[in-house]
Amino acid sequence: MAFKDRIAHPWGSRTPYGPGQEWPARVDGHLAEGVAPQDVDRWVQSATILHSNGDALDIAVKDDRVVGVRGRAVDRVNRGRLGPKDLFGWQAHQSADRLTRPLVRRDGALVETDWDTAMDVVVRRSRELLDEQGPSALAFYTSGQLFLEEYYTLAAIGHGAIGTNHMDGNTRLCTATAAAALKESFGCDGQPGSYSDIDHADVIALYGHNMAETQTVLWSRVLDRLAGSDPPRLLCVDCRPTPVAREATLHLAPLPGTNLALMNALLHEIIRRDLVDHDYVQAHTVGYQDLVERVADHTPEVAERICGVPAGRIREAAELLGGARRLLSTVLQGFYQSHQATAAAVQVNNVHLVRGMLGRPGAGVLQMNGQPTAQNTRECGADGDLTGFRNWSNDEHVAELAKVWNLDTLQIPHYGPPTHAMQIMRYAETGSVRLLWVSATNPAVSLPDLHRIRALLARQGLFLVVQDIFATETTELADVVLPAATWGEKTGTFTNTDRTVHLSERAVDPPGEARADLDIFLDYARRMDFRDRDGAPFPQWHDAESAFEAWKRASAGRPCDYTGLTYAGLRGGSGVQWPCTAERPGGTERLYTDGRFWAAPQECESYGRDLVTGAPVEPVEYAAMNPFGRAIIRAAEYLPPHEEPDGQYPFALVTGRTLYHFHTRTKTGRVPQLSRAAPEVWVEIAESDAREAGIGEGDLVEVASPRGAVRARARISGIRPGVLFVPFHYGYWDARGQDRDRAANEMTVTDWDPVSKQPLFKTSAARLRLLRPADGRSAPAPTTTASRPVADGVPATTGGPEGLCQEDVGGGAR
Amino acid sequence: MRIGVALREVQRSEAGLAVELRRMADEYQDEVEIHHVAQDLARWSDEHVHELAAAAARHGEDSETLAGPGRAGPGSPPDAGGLLAAGSDPGLALLADLRRLYLAAAGVSVDWELLGQGAQAVKDAELLELSGRCHPRTLRQMNWANAMLKVLSPQVWAR
Ligand code: SF4
Repeated sequence: MAFKDRIAHPWGSRTPYGPGQEWPARVDGHLAEGVAPQDVDRWVQSATILHSNGDALDIAVKDDRVVGVRGRAVDRVNRGRLGPKDLFGWQAHQSADRLTRPLVRRDGALVETDWDTAMDVVVRRSRELLDEQGPSALAFYTSGQLFLEEYYTLAAIGHGAIGTNHMDGNTRLCTATAAAALKESFGCDGQPGSYSDIDHADVIALYGHNMAETQTVLWSRVLDRLAGSDPPRLLCVDCRPTPVAREATLHLAPLPGTNLALMNALLHEIIRRDLVDHDYVQAHTVGYQDLVERVADHTPEVAERICGVPAGRIREAAELLGGARRLLSTVLQGFYQSHQATAAAVQVNNVHLVRGMLGRPGAGVLQMNGQPTAQNTRECGADGDLTGFRNWSNDEHVAELAKVWNLDTLQIPHYGPPTHAMQIMRYAETGSVRLLWVSATNPAVSLPDLHRIRALLARQGLFLVVQDIFATETTELADVVLPAATWGEKTGTFTNTDRTVHLSERAVDPPGEARADLDIFLDYARRMDFRDRDGAPFPQWHDAESAFEAWKRASAGRPCDYTGLTYAGLRGGSGVQWPCTAERPGGTERLYTDGRFWAAPQECESYGRDLVTGAPVEPVEYAAMNPFGRAIIRAAEYLPPHEEPDGQYPFALVTGRTLYHFHTRTKTGRVPQLSRAAPEVWVEIAESDAREAGIGEGDLVEVASPRGAVRARARISGIRPGVLFVPFHYGYWDARGQDRDRAANEMTVTDWDPVSKQPLFKTSAARLRLLRPADGRSAPAPTTTASRPVADGVPATTGGPEGLCQEDVGGGAR
Repeated sequence: MRIGVALREVQRSEAGLAVELRRMADEYQDEVEIHHVAQDLARWSDEHVHELAAAAARHGEDSETLAGPGRAGPGSPPDAGGLLAAGSDPGLALLADLRRLYLAAAGVSVDWELLGQGAQAVKDAELLELSGRCHPRTLRQMNWANAMLKVLSPQVWAR
């Protein structure tokens, strides 16, 4: 067994392989200091919870404590590999400062109490508001980190028992555009492709997707293909010099906010050069002619003027896409959190539709998720969707769900799409949402324009319930804080980006009085005395497995059909991709293999929306356009961003994440190896911009937008000139004296994509000024990632002895 | 030519719609979807006004005397009274404004319809193409106002 510093080498050793071959296994593991594998009492099956890749692992338990993790070689997703966050992240759960008792606000301060008291307060306020105003006073804002069973239960309580329309997840910040783009093109959510498409593709296009940092194990798979025979060629669209950009055959760096203009030019070229699969288009799509007309004048020269990408490079990119035999595309936040998010992401689908690149090995689309269990919020309906990918404007779907729940149809609000997160916040701000229940997320750091968010969360008249595992910037504002159990302390399932379902079992007990989120939701339901139509307690289930069985019935016959799955079946082997049914007990690798979609008017999850205005398409209109349920090619015109750099704020500000942290660092900030790799906020500046502003590596600078400012050290990087990047992970719980000048969201604009309602974190304008020269220090930014410095002499990011992890590569590694 | 009247009419109402959209964008800075999308949609109306002016000039109409941006809105606000009268309640005021916007867009839509019919009657291919190109965007503006009404009204009524 070999050891490797996985902070210095986030992707581990190479195990090269060729097209069509199986990805070799490599088992990664990490155990607490002084613990040897033979000391471990038991290994408990689970999967990773700090990103969306869904890497299977086993949790090592000794003396009823988690002492480490090891990848599962049998699993289709990771073949034993783990990323740095998973190798080290579990240590956070044992922090001494976990929340272990409920808290209630008394005379302005949060004080410890017992569960009965805390839940009574919540129940009493819920009842009062239901009597006074009705369901519209109550809202739920959940996470991308709970388990399927928990989301399903929350959806049943919110949309069913209470009947409020206001329920969303912070997956809105993350995967809303993925879901919206899939619905626009294919009539229904559901990832068409599979991670195994990487094994077969000859061209891989990554759009605004820094896979190397967001899904490190998936990127290892790409690196292994690149190291093997007959490697794929890579197209990277990103304004930062990410590790992906460095490996790419072609890297395009459009100005922030101009993705749609670039996509339209790529489609223009593909059509002009007739690299179109006309048979596929004819047989399986509607709307092609609209696209042809829309992009007819949108030449690479037009796009060059908008995006600042040379027309020649755009032509080369179109050639790469148009010449691919097996094209895999992946999309993430560079598109999803940017101007015209859905319209741009849909054009990636369009490239695949016009080229007939769907449903066969290597030919697939991955509209990615960021968070580990984001897929489940969508399926279960704990975000702005209806349970089981049902269509909120199809009365039959609503009636069907009411039947599954055994509730009255009128009980389920369906007079409009469920209220999205930013609109929930607006209702809280204007006082019509009066109880907000936040679970497992930290809006006081993660939402845009924090000054506003803090004010509205602290508003008198808003009763704020926060359920989490640590005290956060959000719990600080709460009226009631409920201590939750986390991964390894509770049982449930979750599903990754490519539809792979994993079981995650309870390995140890939660600390103190902390409880599983599922138990908290069910306890609330019982105390509220919710009943179904027959007077039985609702929800009718009582624990994780019975919730899963109930969910299976809700998913039956829908695209995300789980009926062939059981806890027993998920134990021991590999994760399984839905749909999984009696007819397909092994799951389904790729959707749409036969060119058939879930897009028929009576089946589809959505009739779509206008890509510019966001207005939902009316059912009759949809039925006329797409009577036979084909894939829909939707075109859209480019519009300039709503906030553009100007004289006063000359830079485009982009926020995003780094490899070593997750979300607002409540976990990763408590892990020594991860925290040391990226201890503080920084700002990335292009060399030419830095020179002009007289700024050098490590100088303390201020970045300011019209809304707020951040003080940080400067990293001079290869980022596109005119663009500044600030990581969004850093808030105030460990800020040590820093005052509201650390979180990137102090600066971001309140604006969202009208189609997916995803907030835009990649199109704010900002200015920059030097505060203090470097005093010999460099920026606290990793050197291993997109934040790599241009200059020599910056100390390399390493993990030292504590960063060493086991790596069992068998034969053939190098 | 009488078709000039139709041209003038649609140009006048488009200009009015642009004014109305911008007014809403200004008025509802904190309703950010309205604020931003109204601005995007006002741009469409500007483009239409611009193209109509060019068409009018080709038809010998003096576009200078026609509507330009800044000219008053679409006549008197339709149905300013009743339940939706903009009172002190900001939620109701927003619904009233969206309703007005919807009706204004509907007016423009009718004007495009009339222009299209006129263009057919006088066999003016260019005008027909213009109305065929612009009219769908008017319908999208209208649908947007309607959609926002549908989404925002339940919360207002439920209080
Ligand atoms: S960092 Fe947050 S928003 Fe970004 S992908 Fe991850 S979970 Fe989503």
